[in-house]
Amino acid sequence: MTIDRNARLREIRNWDDYFHWTIDSPEVGREARPGQFVMVKVADGPLPLLRRPLSVHDAGRSGIELFFKVAGLGTEILSGKKPGDTLDLIGPLGKGFSLSGGMKGKRAFCVGGGRGIAPLYFLARELGAREVRTTVFYGGRRLADIPLRDKFEKAGIELLCSTDDGSHGFAGFVTELVGRELVRTTPDIIYACGPDAMMKSLAALAAKRGVPAELSLESMMGCGIGACWGCVHRIKNESGDGWTKICEEGPVFPGDRILWPE
Amino acid sequence: MTKNVDLTADLGFLKLRNPVLAASGTFGYGLEFEPYLDLEKLGGFVVKGLYFKPKEGNPPPRLVETASGLINAIGLQGVGVEAFSEKVLPKLRRFKTAVIVNVCGADDDEYAAVIEYLDKQEGIAAYELNISCPNVKAEGLCPALSPRTTFDLVKRLKAASRRPLITKLSPNVTSIVEIAKAAEEAGTDAIALVNTFLAMALDLETRRPKLGNVFGGLSGPAIKPIALRMVYQVASQVRVPVIGLGGIRTGTDALEFLVAGAAAVEVGTANFVDPDAAVRIVREVERWCEAHGVSEIREIVGTVMVS
Repeated sequence: MTIDRNARLREIRNWDDYFHWTIDSPEVGREARPGQFVMVKVADGPLPLLRRPLSVHDAGRSGIELFFKVAGLGTEILSGKKPGDTLDLIGPLGKGFSLSGGMKGKRAFCVGGGRGIAPLYFLARELGAREVRTTVFYGGRRLADIPLRDKFEKAGIELLCSTDDGSHGFAGFVTELVGRELVRTTPDIIYACGPDAMMKSLAALAAKRGVPAELSLESMMGCGIGACWGCVHRIKNESGDGWTKICEEGPVFPGDRILWPE
Repeated sequence: MTKNVDLTADLGFLKLRNPVLAASGTFGYGLEFEPYLDLEKLGGFVVKGLYFKPKEGNPPPRLVETASGLINAIGLQGVGVEAFSEKVLPKLRRFKTAVIVNVCGADDDEYAAVIEYLDKQEGIAAYELNISCPNVKAEGLCPALSPRTTFDLVKRLKAASRRPLITKLSPNVTSIVEIAKAAEEAGTDAIALVNTFLAMALDLETRRPKLGNVFGGLSGPAIKPIALRMVYQVASQVRVPVIGLGGIRTGTDALEFLVAGAAAVEVGTANFVDPDAAVRIVREVERWCEAHGVSEIREIVGTVMVS
């Protein structure tokens, strides 16, 4: 983890509220693992004050890619950045998805809802490199909410899409689509990132089928480095069911350890 | 061209390498920041508030960003004195920097128990009494709200402690000077101010509070002018050293607090934005001194000119 104040925004792709950035930041790029995130500074001054946590969408020797949706003042300001602009990043932060060399020949499902697809491209690519047979489930409210379809297809990653309004792919929630596939195929692991409601129902689905799940939780963060204790979620661990920092212990947690609010 | 500026700050009971400390609740237990800055370049740091036992904290959401500010309702989640002393403190002893422990309590007995326990540990420069955290239940009620309760608590702890006490005041009072004087009379070695301002945020669409705890404490640049006013008022009315904090983000901010009468400052919320903010502020303070021919930082303390 490092502070890179000279990261450079190289390339921007944009679909409505969704943005894909390619960033030169060699040190962060080399270190990043799937499921980790960076804290991106929004403004030089105090308004808005805090950095924004964004999942690493892909990483390599030259830097990282980010994928985000404009969802408030911070991401709105970020969406106005131009190629060539300098960025101030802290990262990579958090513990990512578990990946091991011994996964060859295994079967994985990666489930992304809306902007939650962000970390799953990097993950699917790394799973592919480990010869894990991977299916990505990509759900959104409508066609415009699943803009990264082509990117997954071009990379040769098996992709199943869903839209709530039926404008593309399966008509319904992505969790229903996963449920249908689980009847035919039992994967060795399910990875997911998306809205809490999706993750909660996916955790239940995985538990019912006896499939281990790793879920990446989203939260507003004060610092991203474990200092403010602002981004907590209830997680079962050895010492009880305490409030656990998402930035430090997560953002990825085993599905059976995450406790959801009633 | 670099001239030598003497940045040492003298609190009487404690000499600091420079007048910039990292504030409690914004610097974890210090170790979280090791990857980002050299802890030995700070004047020191105040670790997150400790109750006797581990503290569970408030339900989320715990943070709301506001205009140039941050409202937090963490609820002082923490590991307690035992885990701190066994797991954290031995690592902190490696650093040549002042480690100050922020002491909490649900009642006077708990404060005393925390100090009794920590008095047996080595590697602590002073205690900062958190008599002012507005997150503790009962709508922010705390000893800091009246001169009487402040006096009683500080007096008891001063008699019990083998280390110097810094009493950290709440700004959520009618007269901050009265409370500061009560702490001084009770024997505090220094006064730190201000803690966060009791605040609230709500969601218009759902008409619900944005924080799990309903209320929280506002910090960040938004509170700086009020904090500066209070530091000025208190510093001109008490003899013990004053440590100023509230929204310090730049070297200029820090210098303004010193000129207003603070012998040292604490950097808080800025640590969240830039984990190396406190050392940047030290550098900026030093550069300003060089540019203004100030050879000792102590020269500028309390030099505000109010006619």
